[in-house]
Amino acid sequence: MAELLQFVFSGLTVGAIYALVALGFTLIYNASDIINFAQGEFVMLGGMTTVFMALVGVPLPVAALIAIIVTTGVGLALHRFAIEPARGATPVALIMITIGASVFLRGLAQIVFDKRFHSLPSLFGADPIQFGGAAILPQSLVVLAGATVIVVLLWLFVERTLLGKAVIATAANRLAARLVGVDTRRIVDFSFAVSAAVGAIAGILITPITLTSYDAGTLLALKGFAAAMLGGIGNPLGAVVGGLLIGMIEALSAGYLSSSYKDAAAFLIILVVLVAMPQGLFGRVKVERV
Amino acid sequence: MRAVQHFTATAAIGLCAVLGAGLPASAQIKIGTVLSVTGPASFLGDPEKRTLEIYVDEINAKGGVNGEKLQLIVYDDAGNANNARTFATRLVEEDKVVAMVGGSTTGSTLAMIPVFEDANIPFISLAGAIQIIEPVHKWVFKTPHTDKMACEKIFADLKSRNLTSIALISGTDAFGKSMRDQCVAVAPNAGIKIVAEESYGPRDSDMTPQLTKIRNTAGVQAVVNPGFGQGPAIVTRNYRQLGIKLPFYQSHGVASKQFIELAGPAAEGVRLPAAALLIADKLPASDPQKPVVVNYTRTYQEKSGQAVSTFGGHAYDGLMILVQAMQRAKSADKAKVRDEIEKTKGYIGTGGIVNMSPTDHMGLDLSAFHMLEIKGGDWTLVPGT
Amino acid sequence: MAPAILVAAIVIVLPLFFPSAYYYRIGALVFIFALAVVGLNLLMGFAGQVSLGHAGFLGIGAYSVAIGPVHFGAPSWLCLLAGAILSGAVAFAVGRPILRLKGHYLAVATLGFGLLVAIVLTNEANWTGGPDGMSVPALTLFGWRVRGSDVWYWIAGATFVGGFLLALNLMESPTGRALQAIHDSEIAARVLGIDVARKKLTVFVISAMYASVAGSYLALFNGLATPDEAGFLRSIELVAMVVLGGMGSIFGSLVGAAVLVVLPQVLTVFHEYEQVLLGLIVMVFMIFLRRGIVPSVSVALAGWRK
Repeated sequence: MAELLQFVFSGLTVGAIYALVALGFTLIYNASDIINFAQGEFVMLGGMTTVFMALVGVPLPVAALIAIIVTTGVGLALHRFAIEPARGATPVALIMITIGASVFLRGLAQIVFDKRFHSLPSLFGADPIQFGGAAILPQSLVVLAGATVIVVLLWLFVERTLLGKAVIATAANRLAARLVGVDTRRIVDFSFAVSAAVGAIAGILITPITLTSYDAGTLLALKGFAAAMLGGIGNPLGAVVGGLLIGMIEALSAGYLSSSYKDAAAFLIILVVLVAMPQGLFGRVKVERV
Repeated sequence: MRAVQHFTATAAIGLCAVLGAGLPASAQIKIGTVLSVTGPASFLGDPEKRTLEIYVDEINAKGGVNGEKLQLIVYDDAGNANNARTFATRLVEEDKVVAMVGGSTTGSTLAMIPVFEDANIPFISLAGAIQIIEPVHKWVFKTPHTDKMACEKIFADLKSRNLTSIALISGTDAFGKSMRDQCVAVAPNAGIKIVAEESYGPRDSDMTPQLTKIRNTAGVQAVVNPGFGQGPAIVTRNYRQLGIKLPFYQSHGVASKQFIELAGPAAEGVRLPAAALLIADKLPASDPQKPVVVNYTRTYQEKSGQAVSTFGGHAYDGLMILVQAMQRAKSADKAKVRDEIEKTKGYIGTGGIVNMSPTDHMGLDLSAFHMLEIKGGDWTLVPGT
Repeated sequence: MAPAILVAAIVIVLPLFFPSAYYYRIGALVFIFALAVVGLNLLMGFAGQVSLGHAGFLGIGAYSVAIGPVHFGAPSWLCLLAGAILSGAVAFAVGRPILRLKGHYLAVATLGFGLLVAIVLTNEANWTGGPDGMSVPALTLFGWRVRGSDVWYWIAGATFVGGFLLALNLMESPTGRALQAIHDSEIAARVLGIDVARKKLTVFVISAMYASVAGSYLALFNGLATPDEAGFLRSIELVAMVVLGGMGSIFGSLVGAAVLVVLPQVLTVFHEYEQVLLGLIVMVFMIFLRRGIVPSVSVALAGWRK
């Protein structure tokens, strides 16, 4: 029993990490139908910038804030300088732009930062919490809490604020939104900025567990993308559920099947789920009008 | 019409590409290096590149080799064997190097060996696996200890503590897998029994399921972790998180003081085999390696601003062995230099004291490894090893 | 027919500019990857299906010529064919359920497939040699050992011309027209009586076989097969070659492959700025030449001629 609980804790830890990254994909997709493969780099920038600011003596909370601001700026720049000018291009071309951006940011990170691994101190110390014979790190709970808070804030934003409604309108039908006076360009700006900020926050929260380096973004983007699709792209709750599910499958496979095939098990399940439910777990069924 | 347009477009692009790819050569002693500076093995390639650049500059500042300056030509294979092969071909055909020190990983080294063997160019590899020098290739040498030696050192220490039944948790990257295979192969002769085995991906963030399974296996007396990069730090933290008190051994892939910082208090009591480089200041004054490693540590840390790494040390040894061979041969002639490399005797490097021979193209024995234990956030030498 | 003659001319004329074996190697690599890209272009450009895991088929092809000779003693050329057939079979089995998915969901499913292949290749070390890969015995044809960058240049070039012709023929055939109809509107195509699922599966199988042959060539040329060749980064590189060259332009496949093989070689002079510049160049190309190099340049030239 304690063994199962430990596997569950591990799954929650890793799953919460994927969930946070997946949320970033959801936001940009909602506002602009683009899958942003540079999302992983936003997460990396959050962690690495904080680390390097702290290394030059900036107090940690301030360093984190600077990291979030810098990353948000990068997100905005990505939209303004790379995505906006290519408005009207095919989805594949836009995805290729974000892939180019991810290579660019990774290359920049290795020059500005370094190629080693770094960590950040946990918010509540490194001593594990014992529960039912299993041990969980306090930081894992912080990551879970962070994902929950962000989902709740997003929901509140979309349901309760005018700006949130404008984002939904832009996502539903861009032309119609513009016709009713929504500045869609600003809305997409905003969604890139928020996605980048969420990514940066994710990076800061997960680095005490995952460590970070200039190329930490690649694998995270992969898993985050898979999690977002599993949950149904466009649905923040789906992104979180997708992330947690992948984490759990990995941990349980490592525990009960084979540790070398845990990633394979997760992707196999994703394939099976998508074949059975082609729009993901919580995705909207797309009705194609003829 | 369309066809002509297509052709013009393609030709224009092709011409630009061909013109851009060629660069003129100049007269100096050209040494090539293909390293994994970026990508999954940048943990190895980056310190190697920095070391080679720092020391080529130093040697040139002191007048070069045999009166000629050295020119280092660096290519980054990003950890991909196909790229390594392409760059090796480029070094041989285009840049016309006389020697090669590089190949951060076994995969890239194995991809490049045929190129340098065919071109009769001495190749000193910086990768770990034993296949690089067994069977012996005429033109291929290497400086790092083999992972077989690391296993033997760890097993010897286990026996001395009366621990005979162990669990392995290894990274699925090439380093971890290769060392795991060697440990499995030498275990019976060393009197060690491997009762449990788990693995993890090199970028995984939580290894508690694997460690839980190990903890719940009966008869495990100690745990060994072959791997490199960030994995070992996370495994070590998880070890403490689960409260496992069994003796824990890391591998030489840990390579630098950064491991202790990253693993934090969990690193207390961890043992690992390491070259003298890691404990430079703790070596007794009589140790012949002391001046070399202290010097290298100081120079590397000053010039790069980073803590020293054994992988960088291997690059240093590779370069110095090559340079000294050139000096003994009094020329940069490839065949003469190769012969002199093979005759390297008593070279005192960061990895150990090197004595090569026609049947041993590495030249290190088990005494090149010391067993270290982490105490109080720092390395200490386990006495008698 | 004319474009094929053009491509053959390029293959024959290019070596006149080659000062050393290094260039032959680059040329061979360009044609090998271009072959895989032609196949992927059929899938992505003509049928409009995204595949983020196509390198999985490259890997199957590469390891067929490694495992076959080493573990079964079979001749390399036979293993190459067997690999292509195996890839086709795998594509058939995997494609039937997956190709029902649309857009990004299909992308994730193909991504998962590619990763699964890479994981199996890395883990089953007894068969595949593990993460370091396994060495591949050289191809022998009629008693003659095929090695050397120049030899492989001609083999790869000739095969590419053949693959190019085949793809052109396919596009002009009823199947090709059906595919373009599907790309434009699946529902309209279905209304016209086209068996959409069957056609998509056909092109998926064909593109898998193209990639498999390319992968086998790569492994035979290098004398080495590694799990990297089936990896995620390789898949993304193939997609980039398709998109950069021009989706739906078979000629563009050659251009895309050429750019992404040659560019990293050219950029080495910039040392640590290599990645930054590569990313920048990809972004700039996609923003300004967003339909790909060949279509955009053609349009520009057509406009200039007027």
